[in-house]
Amino acid sequence: MYLEKGKVRAREERGCGYYWLEIESPAVAAAAVPGQFVHVRVGEKESMDPLLRRPISLARIEREKGRIGLLYRVVGRGTKLLSSVCEGAELDLMGPLGRGFTLVEKGKRVAVIGGGIGAAPLFPLVAELVDRGAEVKFFLGAANHSHLQALQPEKMIRGGELVLATDDGSAGFAGRVTDLVRQEIGPFRPDFFYACGPVPMLRAVQQLMAELSVPGELSLEERMGCGVGACLACVCKVRTAEAPFTYRKVCSDGPVFPAGEVLLD
Amino acid sequence: MTAQVNLKVNLGGIEMKNPVTVASGTFGGPEYAPYVDLNRLGAVVVKGTTLEPRQGNPTPRIWETPAGILNCIGLMNPGVEVFLHEHLPFYRQYDVPVIVNIAGNTVEEYGLLAEKLNVEGVAGLEVNISCPNVKKGGMAFGTDPAMVREVVAAVRAATPKPVIVKLSPNVTDIVAIAEAAATAGADALSLINTLLGMAIDIRTRRPALGNVMGGLSGPAIKPVAVRCVWQVAQAVDLPIVGMGGIMTAADALEFILAGATAVAVGTANFVNPRATLDIIEGLEAYCREEGITDIKELIGAAWK
Ligand SMILES: Cc1cc2nc3c(=O)[nH]c(=O)nc-3n(C[C@H](O)[C@H](O)[C@H](O)COP(=O)(O)OP(=O)(O)OC[C@H]3O[C@@H](n4cnc5c(N)ncnc54)[C@H](O)[C@@H]3O)c2cc1C
Ligand SMILES: Cc1cc2nc3c(=O)[nH]c(=O)nc-3n(C[C@H](O)[C@H](O)[C@H](O)COP(=O)(O)O)c2cc1C
Ligand code: FES
Repeated sequence: MYLEKGKVRAREERGCGYYWLEIESPAVAAAAVPGQFVHVRVGEKESMDPLLRRPISLARIEREKGRIGLLYRVVGRGTKLLSSVCEGAELDLMGPLGRGFTLVEKGKRVAVIGGGIGAAPLFPLVAELVDRGAEVKFFLGAANHSHLQALQPEKMIRGGELVLATDDGSAGFAGRVTDLVRQEIGPFRPDFFYACGPVPMLRAVQQLMAELSVPGELSLEERMGCGVGACLACVCKVRTAEAPFTYRKVCSDGPVFPAGEVLLD
Repeated sequence: MTAQVNLKVNLGGIEMKNPVTVASGTFGGPEYAPYVDLNRLGAVVVKGTTLEPRQGNPTPRIWETPAGILNCIGLMNPGVEVFLHEHLPFYRQYDVPVIVNIAGNTVEEYGLLAEKLNVEGVAGLEVNISCPNVKKGGMAFGTDPAMVREVVAAVRAATPKPVIVKLSPNVTDIVAIAEAAATAGADALSLINTLLGMAIDIRTRRPALGNVMGGLSGPAIKPVAVRCVWQVAQAVDLPIVGMGGIMTAADALEFILAGATAVAVGTANFVNPRATLDIIEGLEAYCREEGITDIKELIGAAWK
């Protein structure tokens, strides 16, 4: 875990409010694993407003080059400010933070399921799984063709099979990504799955995989303060034997959790 | 060669190598050790500890506001036994005084907590009578001088360790509360805890926080906090830990000049995990520039 001034080396506006940043951040890149995130200070240097950092997943990890990639969508003030940084600018980063994905052994079949911007942490995961010799099928859903184009999945992964879905049918399978998964999962018979995306998608994936008895992991989001496990703001509910539920910290116990433990309400 | 600046202060019996500590609930040693050498801090104040474990409030627990945050964590903590056996050993590796923030549901619970924490490795207690995020106890104890006297007396009777009483700004007359704590045997006071506030999410048209109301912290509350320190420091002869929106050494100096012996850094840790160290360095630099050899000269200098 480092506090590092990352240098923006490339910036791309990808349409539909999506942006891509390539950042030189050698300490973060060297230590990072897929599923982890950086806590980014947005806005003017030393400005107190907005105050908090913003958590953004590592959408690319290039250890040798000392670079990381961030893919984000403008949804409010912080991400809007982040969208206006220029090439050459310095970004105040904390990371890599959180517990990443558990990587399966060589030869396993895995289903990777992403919805919209939730695909971001799945890109380096797919890359790493392919490198390890896993058989990867990447199910990616988005609202429409333009959103899929903004995510640029073909460019973000090198290997694995990519299957696309759009809610409006403008590209790939017409319907929700979970319906696509349900249709294709039988013949594929994965040993393990990974998912990240909006809560309704995660809930559907969790239920489907439970029916099929496929173990896996979900990557969650929650509003954060510190990002390191100190403030106890970012909790999610997990099952326990003793109580109806217990709280875990998304920033430091997660953001990746075993799918069977998470209670999504 | 410039003269050495003496940054040491004494907080009601706790020797601090500099005036900078952290605000309860905003800093954990294991979490921040990668960024901050704990040995350099004047003291560490740990998260609010209760007799039994507490789950805390439903989410969202945090909401950003202009130059501030609202939180409704609700004193989530594993309870005093887990603190003693699993957390305290971590801090004992360091050469830094550990102050434990305690919160009870009843006067008796405050006394029991103080007894249980009368162990080696605990430098002092910070008595939280000002948490706005719990139903029982918390702020209710801190808004009535008679209750303040009872709680503080119970803790005083249960421990020989320095007792710091943490005051709420959500009162009409903070001086009356401070005087009650002093009469009952407090060794020091810390102020302020968060200001009760709320926000509404216009998208859901519901309160933004899971617990509806929450505590406001960060730069937004600094002027209120400086005012509270200014009033209490002149009325009560006890050392004060000042806090509320301290982000920089300049902020810390305002509190010291208003009458604080020490300062606690809270919300700033989330923004800049090295804030405490930057502030220590900034205080030293200020003293050098101003020809101050002992930081104690600055305590309350704005009114002395
Ligand atoms: C572990 C993790 C990884 C993430 N990775 C990415 C990513 O790779 N790409 C991406 O586009 N987004 C990602 N997000 C979501 C991103 O953090 C939020 O969209 C962003 O914080 C919104 O900030 P804002 O100021 O633009 O929006 P506002 O709504 O104005 O934000 C106000 C506050 O709410 C918080 N907030 C709002 N939405 C979210 C959310 N969904 N999750 C957490 N906090 C939120 C903000 O941090 C801020 O404190 C991630 C979130 C988490 C928790
Ligand atoms: C997330 C969070 C958790 C807190 N938890 C506690 C607590 O457990 N006990 C307590 O006495 N104060 C608690 N506080 C209050 C702080 O210790 C401090 O009094 C307040 O935040 C003002 O300082 P700041 O503006 O520098 O944060 C908490 C504050 C925040 C933001
Ligand atoms: S954001 Fe502070 S504990 Fe997770």
